[in-house]
Amino acid sequence: MIPVNYYLALSAVLFGIGALGVLVRRNALVIFMSIELMLNAANVAFVAFSRQFGELDGQIMVLFVLTVAAAEVAVGLAMIVAIFRTRASINVDELNLLRG
Amino acid sequence: MFELAPLVLAFPIAGVLLNLLFGRYLNERWISIIGVAAVGGAFGVAVLQALALAGSGYHAHLALLANWIEVGQLQAPWQLRVDTLSVTMMLLVTGVGMLIHIYASGYMHGDARFARFFIYLNLFITAMLVLVGGDNYLMLFVGWEGVGLCSFLLIGFWYDAGEPSASARVGGEPQAGAGNARAGRKAFVVNRIGDFGLLLAMFMIFWRVGSLQFDAVADYFSVQGAAAGGLATVITLLLLVGVCGKSAQIPLFVWLPDAMAGPTPVSALIHAATMVTAGIYLVARSAVMFELAPVSQMVVALVGATTAFMAGTIALAQYDIKRVLAYSTISQLGFMVAAVGLGGYVAGMFHLLTHAFFKALLFLSAGSVIHGVEHGAHATHAHVDVQDMRVMGGLRSKMPVTFWVYLIGALALAGVFPLAGFWSKDEILADAWHVGMVEGHWHGVLVYVLLALAALSTALYMTRQIILVFFGAPRSEAAAHAHESAPLMTAPLVVLALLSVLGGLLNLPGWHALGTWLEHTHEFFQTGAFNALVAGISTLVALAGIGLGYRVYFLAPRTTADAADALQPALGPMFGFLRGKWFVDELYDAVIVRPFERGARSLAFALDWNFWHDGFHNSVLAAGFRMLAAFLSGPVDKTVIDRLFDALAGAVRVVGSRNLQRLQTGYVRNYALGVVLGVVAVMGYFVSRSI
Amino acid sequence: MEILNFLSSTLLLVVFFPLLGAVVLLFINREQKDLIRWLAVVFSLATFALSLVMLAQFDARVPGEQLTVVVPWIQVGSSWNINFHLGLDGMSILLVLLTTLLTPIAIFSSWTAIQERVKEYMIFFLMLETGMLGVFLSLDLFLFYIFWEFTLVPMYFLIGIWGGSNRIYAALKFFLYTMAGSILMLVAILWLGIYQGTFSVPELAARGGIDPGMQRWLFLAFAAAFAIKVPMWPLHSWLPDAHVEAPTAGSVILAGVLLKLGTYGFLRFNLALFPDASLYFAPLMATLAVIGIVYGAIVSYPQRDVKKLVAYSSVSHLGFVMLGLFALNTQGIQGAVLQMVNHGLSTGALFLLVGMIYERRHTRDLGEFGGLWTGMPVYGTLMLIVVLSSMGLPGLNGFVGEFTILLGAFGSEALASPVYTIVAAFGVILAAIYLLWMFQKMFLGQITNPKNENLPDLNWREVLVLVPLLVLIFWIGLYPQPFFNLIQSSVGDLANSFSAAGIAAR
Repeated sequence: MIPVNYYLALSAVLFGIGALGVLVRRNALVIFMSIELMLNAANVAFVAFSRQFGELDGQIMVLFVLTVAAAEVAVGLAMIVAIFRTRASINVDELNLLRG
Repeated sequence: MFELAPLVLAFPIAGVLLNLLFGRYLNERWISIIGVAAVGGAFGVAVLQALALAGSGYHAHLALLANWIEVGQLQAPWQLRVDTLSVTMMLLVTGVGMLIHIYASGYMHGDARFARFFIYLNLFITAMLVLVGGDNYLMLFVGWEGVGLCSFLLIGFWYDAGEPSASARVGGEPQAGAGNARAGRKAFVVNRIGDFGLLLAMFMIFWRVGSLQFDAVADYFSVQGAAAGGLATVITLLLLVGVCGKSAQIPLFVWLPDAMAGPTPVSALIHAATMVTAGIYLVARSAVMFELAPVSQMVVALVGATTAFMAGTIALAQYDIKRVLAYSTISQLGFMVAAVGLGGYVAGMFHLLTHAFFKALLFLSAGSVIHGVEHGAHATHAHVDVQDMRVMGGLRSKMPVTFWVYLIGALALAGVFPLAGFWSKDEILADAWHVGMVEGHWHGVLVYVLLALAALSTALYMTRQIILVFFGAPRSEAAAHAHESAPLMTAPLVVLALLSVLGGLLNLPGWHALGTWLEHTHEFFQTGAFNALVAGISTLVALAGIGLGYRVYFLAPRTTADAADALQPALGPMFGFLRGKWFVDELYDAVIVRPFERGARSLAFALDWNFWHDGFHNSVLAAGFRMLAAFLSGPVDKTVIDRLFDALAGAVRVVGSRNLQRLQTGYVRNYALGVVLGVVAVMGYFVSRSI
Repeated sequence: MEILNFLSSTLLLVVFFPLLGAVVLLFINREQKDLIRWLAVVFSLATFALSLVMLAQFDARVPGEQLTVVVPWIQVGSSWNINFHLGLDGMSILLVLLTTLLTPIAIFSSWTAIQERVKEYMIFFLMLETGMLGVFLSLDLFLFYIFWEFTLVPMYFLIGIWGGSNRIYAALKFFLYTMAGSILMLVAILWLGIYQGTFSVPELAARGGIDPGMQRWLFLAFAAAFAIKVPMWPLHSWLPDAHVEAPTAGSVILAGVLLKLGTYGFLRFNLALFPDASLYFAPLMATLAVIGIVYGAIVSYPQRDVKKLVAYSSVSHLGFVMLGLFALNTQGIQGAVLQMVNHGLSTGALFLLVGMIYERRHTRDLGEFGGLWTGMPVYGTLMLIVVLSSMGLPGLNGFVGEFTILLGAFGSEALASPVYTIVAAFGVILAAIYLLWMFQKMFLGQITNPKNENLPDLNWREVLVLVPLLVLIFWIGLYPQPFFNLIQSSVGDLANSFSAAGIAAR
């Protein structure tokens, strides 16, 4: 049986890639995909622990996460489309209307 | 045969329902047949009950119909009591009631609300039978209020007629044609005052005796004897309030004269023969308690005698043919009340019966007279008050049957030997004489004197009425063209006239049929001994009254409708006082009715609405709240708190806009970096802590 | 399966069936007014039918709660045990039946009177019914409070939207007054829940043992809510406004049922939970009740607006109920419970009748009428019967209640004086004065106002609405025993606890 550490390591790596992606990429779509990656990193950790402790809670939580992710994507994509329509760009560095 | 007892109620109820449901589809003939048959059936049942009593040793029989109210200790069933006293009343109510129903089917001919009239009459008979037939005080009370309701409905039967009298301005603007309705309302309300006493008496009986059944009450007081004297006194005085209301005694008699607004059969049935005698029945029924309460008895006797005298004097000066009879009824009721107050229950019941005969006769004959004059007025298109005796006169030849029966009724009422009234009135006077002269109670003497004076005035006003109505020349076109009424109306008159002549046989001295019959209900229902001296004096009094009337009214006959009364010169201002009915209505109006009106108005509008509703709640509570809110939102909130926060916000703005503004680059990635750094910092903190 | 048993329990169905109807109505097109009306009637009638099933399942010999539904609801820690607890006993059964009877009648009577926003109207009405039934049937203080407040909302809108010219004022006043009293009650409920460890009414009643001094405060807090609702003198000031402005059906329910929430509250909570305080305050409450009887009757008399007259007469009539309750003996309390029903029937019918003439003449001013009996014989006769019932004529329902109440109060050990009854009996006289006066002004005399000529008499729908009430008016008047039997064992137990023996055993 593969030890739980391996999964956690995988999860950490995925999470790190995701976080880095959010920070360095400019394309909103890619940022979105990176966020998904982070969520799935968490999912991996949940499933791993679920198997480790023999309880189903973690797997249930994964389902919740998936649901949230789906909802988030739906809202996020809608916003990106809306932004693209008005600004003809989805480069996040060009979107600084919130500047104080 | 006792099993048939419930039918005594079933018949009139059936009459009510049949006419109520089908009355609109039937003609007058069938409506009246149903109405008369309903009462006739009840009369038949009552006769059977009397026979059954005679055949079974006169023992009271109880007939349970249904449970009614059972709450805790309170057990009041619908239960009929058949004993000699109740059967006597049942016979009277249904017997006289039947005759009056027959008469009414002629009298009410052509009235738009013919069916409704018979529904009310049958409903009245039902209520009256519940009153006299019930086996407990609660059922008696049901009937008691029930007859009051019927009285209200029937007095106001022609509810869209009758002009409000001078005192009817009460309650704001006068209402057109509501005079009769007002009379009915007055009757009901005054009766309710009496019911108030009866109600309280019942409560007291219940909490002391534990039951409202007649037998239980009688047993309790028989066993307790004199020990319960105080209790009996209180209860009987409360009962007296009820008696004063229903039987029109001082101080509650004022409704009865106004009640003459109802159709004449109603006056005869309800306001002369049956309902108003319920008070006498109540006293007789509660005799056990009255026997233990000499004070109450004295009060009852004095109230009755005073009423008899007062009403007798008022009757002397009235012109309305029915109003004279109304005051006469009050006066005669006073006789009965005085009798039962003196312990002469048999004498009271005896007078109740004979009075029912001749007073019903007089009222119905008066109705016949009114009917006749009305026809005359119609024929000649004359506008006269058809009940005013001043416009009558000379009707003897126009309406012979009515004249003769009227004469018989008047003589019976005046107490002329050997008609019914002589025997019964004499028995009452003999009882008063006995209490006063033999037993030596001062109130007996006083009662005797008052009653003798009342008897004198009775003879006088009846003579006056006979002469004014039937003798002399007609004083109006209407009277000149009056004619005799239909046989449907005169036939009951003849029967009643016969009863008025022969009624004395019921309790002739030496025979005492009524006394021995009633004795089975209470052992102390005894007839007093015949007193030849009293009888002689009574006869002399009656003859004196008639002679006086003959001298004043016959020898100097009234010639025109608007001449002064022949008695007026002799009495002077006294006549106006009597004509004004001792101004009792005016007194009540000034002392009770108007203050109540004013009080109610100021309570409702000034206190409740202006002060409490508008003033306190709207001005003090609501406006106070608004003022508080305004204070808090104005000075407190706007000046103090708002400024405080404005200043705070201003300070923040200065700091924020100068320094923190730069952090807000608007670039998502900067913010994300911030988040990541934050996470790293927090994790670093925890990691460093755990090391 | 358990959930199915729960959902099919009679009381739950009775309480929530009207709400189900309200939900169904939400999905109906607002233009289909007749469909909406029919659905509302059908749902309220079905609720009535369910309540008859409930009556059939009820065993009158058992004094305690029956058909109980208990589900744990809100439980925080060990001290907060709030249950969803419905139960039926002799104190509530008549009032539940009265509610389920009056609601379809009220809805039916709004058939032509309400033409605007029929959908919302019917939804509010059905919501109101659920609220009222919930108040009568909940045996958990917290649940009770929720239903109690819940009734305010639909009534507020019923008055505020479909009311007369001054409706906003009246609705707001109604809401605020009731709310003000309820706050104190909420505090008392919380105290009971925290310091007695339960919100269950039967448990609190059975356990007893609250310190008498504390009982008085709790009594007063509960009484504040109920006395305003009843309304007891001198807290009656909101009633004439609410009645005058409310639509006919609103008045019917307001007088018929909502006022009874107050008297029922006194019976269920004040008498049962705080017996010592009830004995202590009985003379005070009886005094206020008696003042209310006489005051309400006198103030009714000079009113010109018929609805206002009837509203004030309610103050008088409910004074009788309060007097009966605080007589604290069997006759008084049983009479009071029956009188609650009687008042619902006769005053409900009175408001219906007034509404019928209002639909024809668009006025309620006594001075505008006169002689109506001639043109409208059926209307006049029915009004006469109802008026007589209202003034307590023997043979009709009002008398049975008033008589037992006055009888109970006269011999009450708690009041220990017949003076209350003597003064209260004046109310009987006064009732005849103001009611017959009203009857005369409306129906007797000649027709002087040409607008009163040729008014159509009642139609079949209007008569149909009144028939059930009239049947009950006669039934209770002539043979009230079945009704007393229903309440006897529950109320008898309560009353016995106030007798000398009961006090000694406590």
